Amino acid sequence: MNKTEEYQNEILKKIKNKERLNIAITYVMVIAIYAIVQGLVTTGNISNLLKGILVPTCVYVIAAISLNLVVGFSGELSLGHAGFMCIGAFTSGFFSKAVGDGLPDGFRFFLAIVIGALFAGIVGMLIGIPVLRLKGDYLAIVTLAFGEIIKNLLNVVYMGLDSRGIHFSTKSSMDLGLESGGKKIIEGALGISKIPKNSTFTIGVILVLVTLFIVQNLIHSRAGRAIMSTRDNRIAAESIGIPVTRFKLMAFTVSAALAGMAGALYAHNIGKLNTSKFDYNMSILVLVFVVLGGIGNIRGSILAAIILTALPEMLRGLSDYRMLIYAVLLIAMMLFNWAPAALAFRERVREKLPFGRKKKEVE
Amino acid sequence: MNFSTFMSFVSYLKDGISLGAVYAIIALGYTMVYGIAKMLNFAHGDVIMVGAYISLTMMTKTGAPPVVALLVAIVGCTLLGVTIEFVAYRPLRKASSPLAVLITAIGVSYLLQNLALKIFGAGPESIRDEQKIISGSPVVLFNGQLAISRITILIVICIIIIMCALTWFVNRTRRGHAMLAVSEDRDAAQLMGVNVNGTISLTFAIGSALAAVAGVLLFSAYPSLTPYTGSMPGIKAFVAAVFGGIGSIPGAMIGGILLGIIENLAKAYIPSGSQVSDAIVFAVLIFVLLIRPAGLFGKNIQEKV
Amino acid sequence: MKKTNRFFVALTSMAMAAALLAPSSVFAADTFKIGGIGPTTGGAAAYGIAVRNGAEVAVQEINEAGGINGYQIEFRMEDDVHDAEKSVYAYNTLKDWGMQLLLGTVTSDPCIAVASYAVEDNMFLLTPSGSAVDCVAEDNAFRVCFSDPDQGAKSAEYIGTHDIATKVAILYKGDDPYSTGITESFVGEAPNQGLEIVASDAFIGENTDFKVQLQKAKDAGAELVFLPIYYGPASLILQQAKEIDYSPIFFGCDGLDGILGIENFDTSLAEGVMLLTPFTANAEDEATVHFVEAYEAAFNGLIPIQFAADAYDGIYAMKAALESFGATPDMDASELCDQMKTAMTEITVDGLTGSITWEATGEPTKEPKAVIITNGEYEPM
Repeated sequence: MNKTEEYQNEILKKIKNKERLNIAITYVMVIAIYAIVQGLVTTGNISNLLKGILVPTCVYVIAAISLNLVVGFSGELSLGHAGFMCIGAFTSGFFSKAVGDGLPDGFRFFLAIVIGALFAGIVGMLIGIPVLRLKGDYLAIVTLAFGEIIKNLLNVVYMGLDSRGIHFSTKSSMDLGLESGGKKIIEGALGISKIPKNSTFTIGVILVLVTLFIVQNLIHSRAGRAIMSTRDNRIAAESIGIPVTRFKLMAFTVSAALAGMAGALYAHNIGKLNTSKFDYNMSILVLVFVVLGGIGNIRGSILAAIILTALPEMLRGLSDYRMLIYAVLLIAMMLFNWAPAALAFRERVREKLPFGRKKKEVE
Repeated sequence: MNFSTFMSFVSYLKDGISLGAVYAIIALGYTMVYGIAKMLNFAHGDVIMVGAYISLTMMTKTGAPPVVALLVAIVGCTLLGVTIEFVAYRPLRKASSPLAVLITAIGVSYLLQNLALKIFGAGPESIRDEQKIISGSPVVLFNGQLAISRITILIVICIIIIMCALTWFVNRTRRGHAMLAVSEDRDAAQLMGVNVNGTISLTFAIGSALAAVAGVLLFSAYPSLTPYTGSMPGIKAFVAAVFGGIGSIPGAMIGGILLGIIENLAKAYIPSGSQVSDAIVFAVLIFVLLIRPAGLFGKNIQEKV
Repeated sequence: MKKTNRFFVALTSMAMAAALLAPSSVFAADTFKIGGIGPTTGGAAAYGIAVRNGAEVAVQEINEAGGINGYQIEFRMEDDVHDAEKSVYAYNTLKDWGMQLLLGTVTSDPCIAVASYAVEDNMFLLTPSGSAVDCVAEDNAFRVCFSDPDQGAKSAEYIGTHDIATKVAILYKGDDPYSTGITESFVGEAPNQGLEIVASDAFIGENTDFKVQLQKAKDAGAELVFLPIYYGPASLILQQAKEIDYSPIFFGCDGLDGILGIENFDTSLAEGVMLLTPFTANAEDEATVHFVEAYEAAFNGLIPIQFAADAYDGIYAMKAALESFGATPDMDASELCDQMKTAMTEITVDGLTGSITWEATGEPTKEPKAVIITNGEYEPM
């Protein structure tokens, strides 16, 4: 082994160690937040508001991490993430209501999550096959279109269950022709109500960790590096024989399945589902988390999701000015985090502060 | 097909065109800003809403005639557009990802909606016939079988004028050439002495002035105005612009009109179509993009290494 | 290109911790704390704001007249942006504040979600305007407005018994539970009343073009178009019907009230529109005149819509029920709720929306008034 090779190995090792450290910090952060909050819950030092916001925050964290897989690592702008959450929420909610007390709670919820993720993943793959041929803003609009189609179609779905099996209609719940003992499950625009509320903060955090594990492993696998190579230079990647579309499809499918999981968690927290929740505004909101936290920065996605979910609630004291101030803060945070001038200013301030970090050479 | 079903088809088609014309006029502003500044301005729909509110307030509070109110709205929206660009978009022009400015645009959209909510209230507002930019009974053809409203005719005329004017401006004037240069390669244009910041400001000024015109026409055609009126037409116009090939001026017009026609025919002829008409519009869009990945009139640029 | 935002993260998380952890529930035992939930921002803001305003008028009146059992009322409204999830946040915020009774939520879907939490806490819930059946499924939940099926059936009955029309078209909002709920029961009742439904069409989302649906109704020869929707889109429907030269009878429910109050609206478009509503802002009874005056004075000349009247009646219903068992503010929410459940079934409130009594199921009993718009005014039919 000559000197250059040794040096190269050294550097590679350093990068690898840094990556590992980075991943470890993210896990530690999530677990630490969990421990602190759980501690507050058990000692009773927590407001009802914070208690109620814990599970939805986990939902948004999972959604943000999974979208970051597509936006940050695959380099594709997707505006249809809410559609996958919608599918996960509705399929899992349907399952839980259909099964009812037929299975023990915990096991039923576990299956519901798996089903939500599975269906969302399958739909994600089916959508991904045609869509991933497109690029940039065209891909964005097509994913937005699919999200809206999913929502619109679910609006005319009526499903019920009786001893003869599952009934389906697109007209009204009366057209289902249910027996007298049968139960309506999906009622068009009314959605699904009374889904068992099985979600807890602990389950939410476990799912966040599962998401982190899947996404981190995918990014740092061979497939992950291939995906990032296609993001950075598609043509170069293609020319050295990387099956670009296959890897992108894989990332897209995994991302959709994780979004479905988030949807299942959401459905079993609130107990009431309605398609209008999962419109393009929700997709955009998740995208806001990803971009504000830093594209490709998993830890940033987590923090941005937490902060932006809590922010409107913190601003409740402002009553009518609440959403106005929220909008101003969102713009200000974006400028602060992304504008080159702001970044340079922050760098200068950081250097002047005595405890500031020195500017790093490898980033 | 007998005559009366044919006439009702023609009538649906006509209603589709008049709906599409509204999408088209919004899409023109969208596509203009996208073509030059290369950003999806999600706040465009909300600038339209502001334009409609300005013109309405002028008429109800000062009793100004519709044309004056329109001019005030144009000035107001132009100022608003340029300010938004200066404060919220310009600092991010050199950001490491184009998504940053997209998200900021969403923030601006929230801001405009909530400002309007604060200033004008949440209740819907309407417009009286005499305050419309054009009023009067519809133009009747074929012995009363087909009635075309005057506002539709005006919108179509406006679209054609705007389209021609924009095409002339971009292709025949110095400023227009600067826009093309900025659109093609921002850094090269700067090196060649083009004032990039000024050119993009001008683009936003024109785009926002068009938004004011679109707002006044939209409000005359569909007289119900709330702080959230702009967002749905904004999204539809975005779809229309992509449909026609985003960045293409004739594409925006054709895209908008086709969108309106598809939407209306879906409502008319597909069972429970009015519930899923949006889904059908989006499905057609996806289909078109899969065949022509850059829209109907978009340039498909071959990527080079 | 990693962006570490320690600065901003540190700052916001500190602010967050302070805001979220501070235990704000200070139980002041000298006032009744009534919470309200509804959309005061977002697309449905007009309804939430009306409820807030209506409730505030009632609260101020009651407080000036000496309060409930000698105790003042504090009313606090929280925004839910017409979203079930945000509604639950609002509910929790109000619990932290020390809410004892809940007036809300304003819209059906969030109401169903909040009701499922309220029943766990045994918190008394009176929704002014949540009309979906499931809103009052639990025994702690009551409502002021009619339920959707009730309105649909009553409308069909009214049209049938008064021979207003036989060929009917329906135009409803397909993604709104209020509208689909009324439509479903209307369609169910129509055959019993000899009505033939010749066209039934929907619209969704923020769509503003209804010409196709109207054209279909016209081609089907409908004499009456039933509009179980809110007044915003209805104003556009009236305009577009005129454009295609179609002038059937338009018949609506309580959602249509407010159409005359649209700023700058050309009321001649609404000439002949019939609606079945428990409240009209220009009714001449003393209570309504008094309420409308107070409302206009307090809110810049804004004309109250039915939501405001429902909220006003809701507060007075709470007052009547609380007084019936001599409630005091030192009772906690659960204690109050247990008493309220029976008290509500025993009271009669002579409110703006009629003389109301309640069943134990939570449904109100009151008479709808049928009105027709003539010369820009409501006339009783």
